[in-house]
Amino acid sequence: MSTATETATAGAPATTPAERIRLFIQPVLVLIVAAAVVFWAFDRDLTATQKENINAGNVATLIWQHLLITAAVTAIVVLVGVPLGVLVTRPGAKALRPLFIGIANVGQAAPAIGLLVLLFLLTARTGFWIGVAPIALYSLLPVLSSTILGIDQVDRSLMDAGLGQGMSRVALLARVELPLAVPYILAGLRTSLVLAVGTATLSFLVNAGGLGILIDTGYKLQDNVTLILGSVLAVCLALLMDWLGGLAEFYVGPKGLR
Amino acid sequence: MTEHTDPTGVRIELDHVSKVYPGSKQPAVDDVSLDIPAGEIVVFVGPSGCGKTTTMRMINRLSEPTSGRILIGDQDALSIKPTELRRSIGYAIQQAGLFPHMTIRQNVGLVPGLLNWDRSRINDRVDELLDLVGLEPAQYADRYPRQLSGGQQQRVGVARALAADPPVLLMDEPFGAVDPITRSTLQDELLRLQGELRKTIVFVTHDFGEAVKLGDRIAVLGQQSKILQYDTPQNILASPADDTVAGFVGSGASLRQLGLLRVKDVALESRPSVHRDDSAEQVRSVIAGSDYDWAVVLDDRERPVSWVRETRLRHAASLSDAVEHLDVVSTQSTLEDALEAILAEQHASAVVTGPVGRYEGVVTLDTLIDTITRLRSEAGSS
Repeated sequence: MSTATETATAGAPATTPAERIRLFIQPVLVLIVAAAVVFWAFDRDLTATQKENINAGNVATLIWQHLLITAAVTAIVVLVGVPLGVLVTRPGAKALRPLFIGIANVGQAAPAIGLLVLLFLLTARTGFWIGVAPIALYSLLPVLSSTILGIDQVDRSLMDAGLGQGMSRVALLARVELPLAVPYILAGLRTSLVLAVGTATLSFLVNAGGLGILIDTGYKLQDNVTLILGSVLAVCLALLMDWLGGLAEFYVGPKGLR
Repeated sequence: MTEHTDPTGVRIELDHVSKVYPGSKQPAVDDVSLDIPAGEIVVFVGPSGCGKTTTMRMINRLSEPTSGRILIGDQDALSIKPTELRRSIGYAIQQAGLFPHMTIRQNVGLVPGLLNWDRSRINDRVDELLDLVGLEPAQYADRYPRQLSGGQQQRVGVARALAADPPVLLMDEPFGAVDPITRSTLQDELLRLQGELRKTIVFVTHDFGEAVKLGDRIAVLGQQSKILQYDTPQNILASPADDTVAGFVGSGASLRQLGLLRVKDVALESRPSVHRDDSAEQVRSVIAGSDYDWAVVLDDRERPVSWVRETRLRHAASLSDAVEHLDVVSTQSTLEDALEAILAEQHASAVVTGPVGRYEGVVTLDTLIDTITRLRSEAGSS
């Protein structure tokens, strides 16, 4: 008896063996690099100025702030991107699609730093949310477009089968369209996450904290140790987020599609 | 044969039904009226794009009729909420349309779930249905669709359509995407199921052979679902209503007719028969006393086991030296099987066995030709 044969859904992003190896090796490498740079920065004679930045408490706080910004951005992107993607794939609201895609496109095409400064100038305020909002707009597009793609790719015949059996539009969305779009949404979310971690290094501009402070201070004081510590940690954090996204794609996607 | 049961299906009536898609001047379905009797398989057959699928989809309102009336049982389909209506009508489509992220159990249990059956009742029903379509529940219920072959997926598709025991089943080319051998098996299975269930089944296909095999009645549809002919397969084969239908029936009509008739439906001819224990001398005299040059050899329970021809018997010491291998058909076989046997045997006839394998007579090419000629003249005069 044959097991795997032609199925109605082809083309869902598959996890290849190479991808699995990467999922295993990536966090190990990241942790080694991060540990090495921390050890290198702390294990030297630091000046008093350097010590103000390079101490365990401060670095931990900055990483924590960075993670908070990323988490807030991710939450906003999912809470806005997925419902918007669902909305514009409804038969009645297809006309709205170019509008929202357009907005998200502008958000991504505009430099993140420009968005940050613009929002600051508009509101004349600083702080956490002034940092989070522009980054969220900047990272919205991948989740929005992957939600649309994920729902669009659901086989017409499956929709037909669902409706033909008496599922309501809402039930069809919740039990067929969204579950089948999950792998696509997760792929988009992974991209958004990486964008968010990267651009969160700019949020120090509006006083929202994050590892950008180390980079900025190191640059202004021409202090390479602080600069390198900040940049390498930011890179490591981005790779770690990418790894988490990959992990989610691997384990959260619907079982029958694997 | 299954015992005769009362139909659990209900009558469906299409009453001057039309469908015009928005932005199109030509109706996709133009003024179709059709009476589908309870408990029968009615096959819509016609070329691609003739509107046969649209016509079927109007029954469960996946396509809303622009005008006309559809009665299911004695209820007006248009007066029932579409989701409610569809839960009471089984629906099976090409390539099964199973949800890949749900297990077989979840797929089959979907409609009972929508109808708020409790969990244990759904589970029992799923097991029962998987058994019914020939899939061992313990082995298959928790698999995902892509772990099944195409034919198995189709079986699950049929099980899912039957889940809430609907009186009506709509099947849209359900066996179109599987290989010919699997398709034939699935068709046989459907006929077996229908023998037990007696649902009203509307079946759409473009394969006329499939229509003949499955249909109690066939509606041959032309453009805009115009009904070119609506009759039993026998009558359509014997007397196509016009040239379009004749073209669709195709050149194999006579063979298909033979496939619809059974050996018991025709008069058998007799040929001399002898017994296995008879002497060569006795057999020679039996053959000499008949109009033929061969005889059927029976065992002591009157079952044909071989045959013998005069030319080989001439120099044989005993009957057993002269007999030749014999293939038989039963009274339940189709005339198509009989034709196959006639062509394969050197004595140019098919030896027929009746109940418990007893010798009944033979079918010859003349029998078949007479039968087809008679059917044509009957259909032509009616």
